[in-house]
Amino acid sequence: MAKTITQEFTKGLWKEIPPFRLVLGLCPTLAVTKSVENAVGMGIAVIFVLVGSNVLVSMLRKIIPSKVRIACFIIVVATFVTVVELLMQAYTYSLFLKLGIFIPLIVVNCIPLGRAEAFAYKNSIIPSFADGLGLGIGYAVSLTVLSAIREVFGSGTFYGHTVFGPSFQPFNFMIEAPGAFVCLGLMLCVMNFIGKKG
Amino acid sequence: MREMIRMITVLTVLCAFSGGLLAALRDGTQEKIENQQLEFVKGPAIRNILKGSSNDPITDRFKIKDGERERNIFVGRFGGKPDTIVFETSGKGFKGDISMMVGVNVTDDKIVGIGITTHSETPGIGARAQTDPRFSGQFKGIPLTGEFKIKKDGGQVDAISGATITSRGVADAVSDAVKTYGRIKPSISDKLNELK
Repeated sequence: MAKTITQEFTKGLWKEIPPFRLVLGLCPTLAVTKSVENAVGMGIAVIFVLVGSNVLVSMLRKIIPSKVRIACFIIVVATFVTVVELLMQAYTYSLFLKLGIFIPLIVVNCIPLGRAEAFAYKNSIIPSFADGLGLGIGYAVSLTVLSAIREVFGSGTFYGHTVFGPSFQPFNFMIEAPGAFVCLGLMLCVMNFIGKKG
Repeated sequence: MREMIRMITVLTVLCAFSGGLLAALRDGTQEKIENQQLEFVKGPAIRNILKGSSNDPITDRFKIKDGERERNIFVGRFGGKPDTIVFETSGKGFKGDISMMVGVNVTDDKIVGIGITTHSETPGIGARAQTDPRFSGQFKGIPLTGEFKIKKDGGQVDAISGATITSRGVADAVSDAVKTYGRIKPSISDKLNELK
């Protein structure tokens, strides 16, 4: 029954990798993966929120009455998200301008709330920390991979640096909304295919 | 009953704690955020208007009371003298407000330049008001008095073809700047004299 800390951490990287396995947090996944820079910024924000809220919820799990637990989780998650938003505005404003509305929307994407409910409320601090960190990194990696595919083909750059020569004609479809759906669908397909085999 | 009290207490304490934390953080970052906003949103337009000034207009700014509002005034020094100011104004565009910066030389009251900071005009049509210097350049050197209108309305400004409403919005914003400037000029002169 008792899983090791490493298992709690690594499950977020493959077995329960949020956008592909849990299929959670898709709204920002589709919206911010136009460029690798945005995806990395979003990923770091989510890691921070997820680790913070998991640890705090797990610390408070004995005093939070179960009838109002969802309200308490929301307060905790919203506090961390607002902290990220303020810090981002103060220190990385250009990134904040690009991510815009998707930072406050971390509150309602189901990952932090889902982890608080499904994991942190039932486990002690250290496993909760590992769980949050693992899922957060898993989410960040997924966004980065997806955005790398979209950016490389859609605008011919990677993290702002040109990949192909000047003769490359960008495949604009990839950085527009339909490209995000198609790309995500293909990745889900690949993930499921590999998962079935293994 | 006891459970009820416990729920209320936990929620209240949690909310109070989170509120206090966020308020403290906001206080701590407010100044920094304001600087960042000025730098990234308005900075490019301000620097473009005051090209060639010997100071940094964003650090050399002051606030002036204009009725209920406080306005940021950015100062440009040319040849050692702080004789040019930039301030914000806005007009109604095709899809929303157009925010702009207007630069004025306080010695002869002439416009040194205008620059649009934020807008939601149609890309490639109305948005050219921000990017095409042939449009914004028209305002340069015109005394900041009277009313600004596009030629279609019997004024002096050539509108961008296909973007009459945007051009009208920009002209309105400049007309609005005339009024603002009239109101705040005395206090600006006082401040500039202090700076010398």
